[in-house]
Amino acid sequence: MAAPLSVEVEFGGGAELLFDGVKKHQVTLPGQEEPWDIRNLLVWIKKNLLKERPELFIQGDSVRPGILVLINDADWELLGELDYQLQDQDSVLFISTLHGG
Amino acid sequence: MATREEVLALRAAVAQREEELNSLKQKLAAALLAEQELEPERRVPVSPLPPKAALSRDEILRYSRQLVLPELGVHGQLRLAAASVLIVGCGGLGCPLAQYLAAAGVGRLGLVDYDVIELSNLARQVLHEEALAGQAKAFSAAASLRRLNSEVECVPYAQALTPDTALDLVRRYDVVADCSDNVPTRYLVNDACVLAGRPLVSASALRFEGQITVYHYDDGPCYRCIFPQPPPAETVTNCADGGVLGVVTGVVGCLQALEVLKIAAGLGPSYSGSLLLFDALRGHFRSIQLRKRRSDCAACGERPTVADLQDYEAFCGSSATDKCRSLQLLSPEERISVTDYKRLLDSGAPHVLLDVRPQVEVDICRLPHALHIPLRHLERKDRESLKLLREAIQEGNGDTQEGTAVYVYVICKLGNDSQKAVRILQSLTAAQELDSLTVQDIAGGLMAWAAKIDQTFPQY
Repeated sequence: MAAPLSVEVEFGGGAELLFDGVKKHQVTLPGQEEPWDIRNLLVWIKKNLLKERPELFIQGDSVRPGILVLINDADWELLGELDYQLQDQDSVLFISTLHGG
Repeated sequence: MATREEVLALRAAVAQREEELNSLKQKLAAALLAEQELEPERRVPVSPLPPKAALSRDEILRYSRQLVLPELGVHGQLRLAAASVLIVGCGGLGCPLAQYLAAAGVGRLGLVDYDVIELSNLARQVLHEEALAGQAKAFSAAASLRRLNSEVECVPYAQALTPDTALDLVRRYDVVADCSDNVPTRYLVNDACVLAGRPLVSASALRFEGQITVYHYDDGPCYRCIFPQPPPAETVTNCADGGVLGVVTGVVGCLQALEVLKIAAGLGPSYSGSLLLFDALRGHFRSIQLRKRRSDCAACGERPTVADLQDYEAFCGSSATDKCRSLQLLSPEERISVTDYKRLLDSGAPHVLLDVRPQVEVDICRLPHALHIPLRHLERKDRESLKLLREAIQEGNGDTQEGTAVYVYVICKLGNDSQKAVRILQSLTAAQELDSLTVQDIAGGLMAWAAKIDQTFPQY
């Protein structure tokens, strides 16, 4: 049984618009059988934080192309992507890439 | 104290000067146009810049403040003078970037932009001026930069960067700056840089945020390493829809110029393999670590599949401009033109006009008789909004016969969101959450209204 985790979830680059314009969310993930990883964090976000148009954020069981996921300010690709196991006090940033100029 | 005659004489003198100034501006615009027409014939074959051996007395004075920086020094300045930079996009990022590169004494600047200057560009595209509205941005930028530093060679390319032209162009320059505003161009520039072996300094901005990084430098990642798949077209927001503050593109364009200068002077960039995020509203700069170059990258990996440039518009499912897309969701019978709506309005036929733009846009301008409910409220079936709509429909119904459907016309800025709103209203009617109604959207929206019906109505 994994203990509850306190995690900072942050959105930027316009992704926050799907979350009522709120960029920073301090969240507590409840204790559960399996350890928390990014895959089930996404499911939790979709259920608890996402306000509208989930297809602009989620695609399949991952984020849609064009959204970068950063765990403690590092590209999630360096840390195992969906399989990264969250630690207490981690910060996870979802940043939509910009294209304007 | 000035006499009345003196005041009058001064007024007359001012008016005369203003007239002279206007005529000069017109002449300049015409001259630029003539230059532009000549340009395709000229097709300057750009040869590599020769290495520079020494600085002249004038150059020493001009660049003295940066020459005394030990990190740069004469050696770095000579490298800048022999460097060439290709700037893709002469807009909000390209203008400040080009301005600082020219001021710092970079030898040659290639300026790519297919677009012409519009009034709505001037709040952030600071090399262009009022008098040149309608002229090509590439020529306007070149003219502006020549006034700033006549020693810098400016080569305008008033055409789109295409898969046919990109590689040849990129090969003629040492460093490339991506200041473009759309996804297909970003992939095109990346692939051309990888194929030509050029470092790419890439930046973007929207609303109050900016992002900047350096691709394909030394063993660093390229754009495709980070973004192997393009984003779905409907998730991409342009500056016209999302808005952008000019100073934000200014800050980001200057940071981009800094990276270009460091590469060109041999100091090396700071943001290869990392991405700088700038949040202007919160005053935050945050640098994040990006992944390494991917060995399976389609462009720069060990077995690349991008051997030559492709059709990037097809790859991304969007066009290589930042012009607003026009949605075709409804059938022609479900739409009405602004001209027909005007006729209907003048005839006094009972109806409800529903404006579905966000509040911030309604604050800019509105038709006084419109009911305002933002699309987002309709999407989430906001109770209060549906109540307002029902009341408006009942009120409109008072004048019509029992049993006839009420006409609802939906309007937005350009006629995209209004189509989505029509679909929502139709489904609400089908679900009997709204009374029977006939709903159409006004094609082209308020901007068509401004262009065709009411010339005093603001455009934005």
